[in-house]
Amino acid sequence: MSDKRADSVAFVRETFLAEQPAPASATGVVKWLQDNLFPTWGNGLLTIVSLYVIYALVTSTAPWMFNGIWNTESLSECREILDGASAACFSVLTERWNQLLFGFKYPPSEYWRPTVAFVLMFAALAPVLFFDLPRKLLIITALFPFTAYWLIWGGTIFTPLVALLGVFAGYLVYARFVKGSFAMGFFGGVAAAFAVWIVGGMMIPEGANDAALLEAVPSRDLGGFMLNMMLGLTCVSLSVPIGIALALGRQSSLPLIKVICVVFIEFIRGVPLITLLFVANVMLAYFFPPGSGVDLFLRVVIMITMFSAAYIAEVIRGGLAALPKGQYEAADSLGLDYPQAMRLIILPQALKISIPGIVNVAVGLFKDTTLVSVISMFDLVGMIRGPILASTEWNGIYWELFMFASVLFFIVCYGISQYSQWLERRLATDHR
Amino acid sequence: MSTLTDSPEGTFRLSMLLNDRRYRSYTFQGIALVLLIAVVVYLANNVMTNLRDLGLNISYEFLGSPAGYDINQTLIDYSSQSTNLRAAFVGIINTLLVAVLACITATFFGVIAGVLRLSNNWLVRKLMAVYVEIFRNIPVLIWIIIIFTILTAVLPGSRAYLGETPDKDMLLGYFAFTNRGVYAPAPIWNAGSGVVVAVFVASIVGIFAYRRYARNLLYATGKLLPTGWPTLAILIVPVVLTFFIMGQPIGLDAPDPLANRFNLKGGIQIGAPLIALWLALSIYTGAFIAENVRAGIQAVSKGQTEAAAALGLRSGRIMNLVVLPQALRVIIPPLISNYLNITKNTSLAIAVGYADITATLGGITLNQTGRAIECVMLLMLFYLVISLGISMLMNVYNNAMKLKER
Repeated sequence: MSDKRADSVAFVRETFLAEQPAPASATGVVKWLQDNLFPTWGNGLLTIVSLYVIYALVTSTAPWMFNGIWNTESLSECREILDGASAACFSVLTERWNQLLFGFKYPPSEYWRPTVAFVLMFAALAPVLFFDLPRKLLIITALFPFTAYWLIWGGTIFTPLVALLGVFAGYLVYARFVKGSFAMGFFGGVAAAFAVWIVGGMMIPEGANDAALLEAVPSRDLGGFMLNMMLGLTCVSLSVPIGIALALGRQSSLPLIKVICVVFIEFIRGVPLITLLFVANVMLAYFFPPGSGVDLFLRVVIMITMFSAAYIAEVIRGGLAALPKGQYEAADSLGLDYPQAMRLIILPQALKISIPGIVNVAVGLFKDTTLVSVISMFDLVGMIRGPILASTEWNGIYWELFMFASVLFFIVCYGISQYSQWLERRLATDHR
Repeated sequence: MSTLTDSPEGTFRLSMLLNDRRYRSYTFQGIALVLLIAVVVYLANNVMTNLRDLGLNISYEFLGSPAGYDINQTLIDYSSQSTNLRAAFVGIINTLLVAVLACITATFFGVIAGVLRLSNNWLVRKLMAVYVEIFRNIPVLIWIIIIFTILTAVLPGSRAYLGETPDKDMLLGYFAFTNRGVYAPAPIWNAGSGVVVAVFVASIVGIFAYRRYARNLLYATGKLLPTGWPTLAILIVPVVLTFFIMGQPIGLDAPDPLANRFNLKGGIQIGAPLIALWLALSIYTGAFIAENVRAGIQAVSKGQTEAAAALGLRSGRIMNLVVLPQALRVIIPPLISNYLNITKNTSLAIAVGYADITATLGGITLNQTGRAIECVMLLMLFYLVISLGISMLMNVYNNAMKLKER
């Protein structure tokens, strides 16, 4: 290079230009719009169509919803106020609020009881759903079924107490013997629980229900969304252990047990839930000893539990099959027997894989609890289609009620599925 | 634990039933068998006792006696004088009808929504996510009832279409949407219509033959024949020609608004319950299928698309030749189990009064004859046969499509 730059080149810039911002079309909102809404002609057309769909939906529903009337006693009164304008009569929700939630036969003075049970439910579910909470809180979970039973059904407190004592005795016996052999502990525990139940059941005095602190409510008086929640929660929590047992049975090397489990699972999965509910409604009573009046609620719980247990078993079987064979062999080579291998090595891993599937089944099952309206139980849908739409005050109102039901179910189901996704991320131990 | 010395042959002791792995499984199975027999005997005994107390017996004779009720939507001949068995058959056919219809439309909705969920258009993506989440998280029973309510409460009665000057005109002069259902024209097959149908079938065969010829020519000589417009031409031209040559043998029987003062006459009536069930099952299951399709397409690794692009394939061909064949392997098994769900969910027909097998055999027949056990048993048997049949097909498919690994 020559010593004088000005001699060799016509012009050289000696200073840097100030940095310029990127062109407007390559940053910020414009770029985002271009990339995400109008990348090509066809795509732009799609965007416009979607915008129109959203616009049509919003303009048709928003005035209807926001002009809704919340405080009338009947549909005719509401229509009078509206005077031909198109708006919602949400007053059906406020006026029938208690019926929608608790059914139409539950004694109104006792509404606080299911409400308390509902609040307790969150306390009981929290330690199960969130592992970070102190494990001591599981005591609340263990006590919850008995408390909730006592709160919702009322009657003598001895019934849930005896049930609790039985479970406690069973647990003590199990803890005492499980070190020796799992089978001994398990069957000993079951036997102890049954012994306490039978003895305790005989010791409950006659007519204890009449003198009870809480007024007894028969199960046929339960209804509304409470019934959906109760069926969903009871059946899912009962069906997980049964599902595990069925899945293990299906994987078992004992041909007879395997056949029993396969036949049960395939049979239940092959028929629609509604036929099983028919069984509960018209047929199951024949299978009990004559004179034992098992009420419809219990029969429905039995059938729905069997139903979801079969589905959960298939999910868990998938989890068991997904475990590498080395895990089974490693457990064997450590000298663990079958129950130990399952409890300590196989099931913790298999259940972790199965959680999303189990949650899916739980969501599906919760939605399916609406089917009990077909066998004339008054759950949320049954209440809407039966007593509310048939009443003279609210005959002819549809949208508000079904929207309410949809929103309730959406909140619960969407919440559960979001939880399951969170849990999946939380439990992911693989390094990616 | 003594693994060093196995017990010598022939010295069987009773304690080995519990402690020896070779015999323990027999013990457990023996116990299980005894328990199983005990439970079955107990339940059977209870049933027998209960039935005897009520003066009932198990008998299927009611299937042969007249049903005594009418069914508004039937595909086969049926009257209230027909037997209960015939009513059950009507129900079976109705179940299968709505199941097949719903499977087709659910796949349609599901594939569109699933592909659009992967669109690079933000708005469309979100809209489809909202569709999927809303429809997946609300019970199908509520959807069926909502759609049925829309049909019956919003659409006009058939009276609106009647008379010389109706309140509403029929769509294209052929379709009437009433609160009882949709009236559509029915085809009338006159003499000579067989020829038209035969020509139609022949032209479909012709299309396949032509495409095969074009492909073989391409592979053999590299000469590319057009396939798009010849396909259309072969499909349409001969059929239209024969239709007019034979003197327009196929006519349409439109619903007639002037036939009487009460209802539309003629054509096909598709009842509101059928439409409600069909639509609700389609959009509900469509949301599930959309998720399967999305998962399937995402399961094909990006490298496959890039490799195909590097080979110089156009984007349509990449989809058809590389991505879809691999995605289908993931999509089809859950798709079939969704079809199974549709078939089982058709039993919700009873909520809107569509005469499927659950509503005929498990509903009216059961209530009229009081044969609860027999009806529910037959009902379960039917669904069981369908489900096991479909899952058998699925196993065959899975085995055929399994990645052939060593």
